[in-house]
Amino acid sequence: MVEKDILLKKTIENMYDFKDKETSENFVREKEGLDEEVIRRISKGKNEPDWMLDFRLKSLKIYNEKKMPNWGPSIEGLDMDKIVTYVRSKTPMQGKWEDVPDDIKNTFEKLGIPKAERKSLAGVGAQYDSELVYHNLKKEVAETGVVYTDMESALNGPYADMVKEYFMTLVPPTDHKYAALHGAVWSGGSFVYVPKGVKVEVPLQSYFRLNAAGAGQFEHTLIIVDEGADLHFIEGCSAPKYNVANLHAGCVELFVKKGAKLRYSTVENWSKNMYNLNTKRAKVEENGIMEWVSGSFGSKVSYLYPMTLLSGKNSKMTYNGITFAGEGQNLDTGAKVVHAASNTSSIINAKSISKDGGIGTFRSSIKILKNAKNSKSTVDCQSLMLDSISRSDTIPGMDIRTNDAKVGHEAKIGRISEEAIFYLMSRGISEENAKSMIVSGFAEPISKELPLEYAVEMNNLIKLEMDRNM
Amino acid sequence: MINNSLLKINNLKVNVEDKNILKGINLDIKPGETHVIMGPNGAGKSTLGYSIMGNPRYEVTEGNISLEGEDITTDSTDKRARKGIFLSFQNPLEVAGISLGSFIKNAIHEQTQKPIKLFAMRKELNKNMELLDMDEKYADRDLNVGFSGGEKKKAEILQMLMLNPKLAILDETDSGLDVDAVRTVSKGIKEFQNKEDSALLIITHSTKILESLHVDYTHILVDGKIVHTGDASLVEEINENGFERFLTA
Repeated sequence: MVEKDILLKKTIENMYDFKDKETSENFVREKEGLDEEVIRRISKGKNEPDWMLDFRLKSLKIYNEKKMPNWGPSIEGLDMDKIVTYVRSKTPMQGKWEDVPDDIKNTFEKLGIPKAERKSLAGVGAQYDSELVYHNLKKEVAETGVVYTDMESALNGPYADMVKEYFMTLVPPTDHKYAALHGAVWSGGSFVYVPKGVKVEVPLQSYFRLNAAGAGQFEHTLIIVDEGADLHFIEGCSAPKYNVANLHAGCVELFVKKGAKLRYSTVENWSKNMYNLNTKRAKVEENGIMEWVSGSFGSKVSYLYPMTLLSGKNSKMTYNGITFAGEGQNLDTGAKVVHAASNTSSIINAKSISKDGGIGTFRSSIKILKNAKNSKSTVDCQSLMLDSISRSDTIPGMDIRTNDAKVGHEAKIGRISEEAIFYLMSRGISEENAKSMIVSGFAEPISKELPLEYAVEMNNLIKLEMDRNM
Repeated sequence: MINNSLLKINNLKVNVEDKNILKGINLDIKPGETHVIMGPNGAGKSTLGYSIMGNPRYEVTEGNISLEGEDITTDSTDKRARKGIFLSFQNPLEVAGISLGSFIKNAIHEQTQKPIKLFAMRKELNKNMELLDMDEKYADRDLNVGFSGGEKKKAEILQMLMLNPKLAILDETDSGLDVDAVRTVSKGIKEFQNKEDSALLIITHSTKILESLHVDYTHILVDGKIVHTGDASLVEEINENGFERFLTA
């Protein structure tokens, strides 16, 4: 391998795996496990309105009553009594980058956050463990009436009523056990409101970094794109690797109003000790458009199926997602869509790569309800296995209640072609580069949906995964 | 005069999936020479090409291959390529997600390990594409994906011209091409032949592609062995009489 490549690899590796020292002097850390007392303390610390404390306590009750999910990969390694649900830096959130504490600033600088903001983003939020440490929206964007803030500020600010109206209505705590957990201990995340007709030309981004060992991250993202408005929101996540289990049970609720458009892009690179039990959901009204772009690389176990409710006629959704499961990873991902109005359409393109015994499962669920006349849905799922010990499964689900729906499903599972590797090598390209070229090429239709910087990052992540154990 | 060979193959025996295909090949190619391998289907012509390039499916059980006096029998395919061997595939593989142009750039970079002068490279690429009567747009299309048979072969010759190897093996480059395409492709081969010291090993079972090319040696391969070696006139003879006389020999 070229020296430059080795250097690049090291840099990327270090980029995600550096750990900051957490001391009691600069961090507040809740005790392990979960009870009412912990929740009251979290709520009090945030100075929340009463309804939120009630909401949390009700959610805790639901959590305690709900059974564990009975499908998908095992999460036995996750012991909730060992998870710390709340860790925060003692420094409050800053609106100026200079004011963020040095060690945290260094972390995000290594992740390229402020640089990306200067170059290509309209606003940035950076969450470190349980709380946001930095939030900023460009002045010219703020002037159009766009609101982009942390959830805590939103709860106590001029949009408090809006938060109350929408918060966990799309993903209620009763949905599943980890939605209930989220309702009880959620912390951090972003609130975005784009007023009617406002088109935000450049993306907003929130970055979530979980630094603390044995902790959970439960950020809540609530985005409302009002009628005729347009937004691209990017979410990035990463964490260094520890030997104890970490948990991510975030929740994303997206409301796309009449004629509005939202693109929600994620590049996720959790560490390989992370249980990623995340819930994302969008509700799309008449003529609205929802676009998901998703790259899942990290975590030990993932349950992730962004769901779209096409509630208004002529509404549309597309999902472009790629999952890379390496050694010790079991990633259960996919997409769900409910067609609940006429002339709605959904397109799902999913790709999965598995390597070194990794397991990638694609799960899709398409529901076309009785009143969703003349609806269309296409599901295309392709899997690439890089060796004979890895696994790839496709579990499509369809429930069609109309007789005029156009529905297509295609699944292709294949191994990387030895002949193609030989072909590339015959041009002087090393075996590992040949393989990563083929894999990047396989991922390209998804990565090209991302803004350039993120496409590059995704390619680097693929390279990094390809080089592991090779 | 100890060794002015470019490629020297000595008693090469090769198995494919435990079946013996090449049964003792000897071949000596000097810089600048063009050799032609002809023979009936199943004689082992393509196996010879793959073996020289080092396809791991082709197992050398005896003998050796050396390039410029250096034994390369156990070298990996990429190493052989970097030492100056090129194989034009009979069925080039389709690789999605990487364009022909950037693939060539990558390959040149891996071979030379030097920074690439992009502008000069693009210029040379365009010049060669023009020679091969290829639309420039092909440089931005995914490598071989959706290319017609003819375009795939042209893309192979384009890669050869850009990578500029010491020895190019052309495996049935003319198969499946119409008359015009054969003419165009052979223009590209001619261009390569005119470069100083560039050697060619042309595997073919037809003679169309050889018409405008200079040929130094012709070898007849039958059942894993070279049964006869002659000069360019042997091509003519095969053209008229076929392989009959070598099969019964």
